[in-house]
Amino acid sequence: MTDTTTDRPGVIDARPVRHPGRWVALAVILVLLGMLVSSFVTNERWNFPKAFEIMQQTPVLEGLWKGTIIGTIGSMVIGIVGGIIIAVLRLSENPVLRGVSFVYTWFFRGIPRLVLLAMIGSGIGFLYNRVDFGLPFGQQLASFMGLSSDFTFFTLNVNQFSSTLIAGIIGLGLSEAAYMAEIARAGILSVDRGQGEAAAALGMNRGQAMRRIVLPQAMRVIVPPTGNETIAMVKDTSLLSAIPVITELFYQTSAIGNRTLLIMPAFVAVTAWYLIVGSVLMVGQYFLEKRFGRGFGTPSNKRFARPAGAGGA
Amino acid sequence: MSETTSAASTAAARTRTGEEQPLVHAVNVMKSFHGNEVLKGIDLDVHRGEVVCLLGPSGSGKTTFLRCINQLEAIDGGRIWVDGDLVGYRDEGGHLHHLTDKQVATQRREIGMVFQRFNLFPHMTALENVMEAPVQVKGVGKKQARARGLELLEQVGLADKPNAYPAQLSGGQQQRVAIARALAMDPKLMLFDEPTSALDPELVGEVLRVMRELARQGMTMIVVTHEMGFARDVADHVVFMDGGVVVEEGKPKDVIRNPQHERTKSFLARMRTEDAEEATDTQQP
Repeated sequence: MTDTTTDRPGVIDARPVRHPGRWVALAVILVLLGMLVSSFVTNERWNFPKAFEIMQQTPVLEGLWKGTIIGTIGSMVIGIVGGIIIAVLRLSENPVLRGVSFVYTWFFRGIPRLVLLAMIGSGIGFLYNRVDFGLPFGQQLASFMGLSSDFTFFTLNVNQFSSTLIAGIIGLGLSEAAYMAEIARAGILSVDRGQGEAAAALGMNRGQAMRRIVLPQAMRVIVPPTGNETIAMVKDTSLLSAIPVITELFYQTSAIGNRTLLIMPAFVAVTAWYLIVGSVLMVGQYFLEKRFGRGFGTPSNKRFARPAGAGGA
Repeated sequence: MSETTSAASTAAARTRTGEEQPLVHAVNVMKSFHGNEVLKGIDLDVHRGEVVCLLGPSGSGKTTFLRCINQLEAIDGGRIWVDGDLVGYRDEGGHLHHLTDKQVATQRREIGMVFQRFNLFPHMTALENVMEAPVQVKGVGKKQARARGLELLEQVGLADKPNAYPAQLSGGQQQRVAIARALAMDPKLMLFDEPTSALDPELVGEVLRVMRELARQGMTMIVVTHEMGFARDVADHVVFMDGGVVVEEGKPKDVIRNPQHERTKSFLARMRTEDAEEATDTQQP
């Protein structure tokens, strides 16, 4: 207080706190890492060149593209769109729609994906050989009234369809929608009530308020767990072999591994592909979060800057 | 169909109130929340171009009443007409029918509302906030909405901030954007729900200035406020509410300077001591 200008405290030049523990930990980890690397080199059963070769084989690449990448994109599109619709239904004022949404989530969240896919692949085709798209009870109606047409517009051969990739994608998508619905519901509920009221006061109807005001803000909360779900889905596409869809990454690599007795290189190959796809997705997630964080300041951008940097494959 | 019913109710309102039809005509409005009676029969007429201030202690029901006018709350009893249209219902041979979601939205277009906590859309810039409703609700072209939006932002003194997000604006600036956003729908009535209560004291003035200017231009306004100076200077009519009823109403100089009821007197005395305390606070270095 009584300082004169000459001895007022100036620029701070303080010694940082020492962290000896960090150096010890680093040393331990380096030793362990060294042991691992040396085992890579000395144990020829790892056989990384073979693993690298397997990664590039045509059936593996086809499995990666169709089963893993198309499978993930397709099922997540169905899952996200379906999930948001189910969440909106769940929050609607119509008790029938609320009930439908609840039962849907209850059913698809309750059964394992492996069981669901096996059921779609073999069970459904056994029950319904073909599905006719037309008027409800059109065939019964037509025979009752003695008409020649039976009101069928389009027939789907379930036996053939049920073992395709598309059937598998639909199965995974339906299951994912149940999880996404819960994520979307949490996102929608996280938006301040005043936002909906402000939209209503401007004369927007419920649909407009949801689409233009509430959902864009809910996305900020929805995107991070959705990235998580997408990365989980990359791995769950390996379940497609239960359909059975054989143009699938894990099915193809393990087939090669079993055939050539290169068991471990095959596992290394498939692990590497899953890690690469997952890393690319983390980068994408960073940009999505930035996009939907608009108007909420910079903290969210800062927080996720690091995973993206580590995500470069 | 809605035109014929609105014409019918306009006629009905006219016969009830004589030839000069108030813009807002509320009769015996009642509202309860879980058995707790918040409004116990409110009557209020607001004429075109009038500024009405609702005063009263918190919990007196003034905000609830304001929210009932544009159907953010549904009323349990009584009737509200805005510009001759029965709010929230249509009257068919003495039987009331609820309006659909779309019809309610149509009624709200005509009424602008400004909230205590601004409620700007945080994912949109100031200009996008102002343009949103004209484009989405009225189907105005983007170019035209943009021009009008910039004009409105200038009117509230924010011509230099069209591209700022709400988080980048002060409370006072946000509230002025919110006023511009409400005005963009060309409402015939503006509702203000404690528009300055969430603001730092030094930001209150800029918002009140915009509201004064709006009043001067002849906008019909219902303002819930604790700003006695604003009520005294700007209001044509003040209504003092307490415990869900209107205790006293009249010209501001009568109600504020010379209150008749005990409850009004004690409330105003309390407000005055607070004002005085605040004045001494600001005088201190």
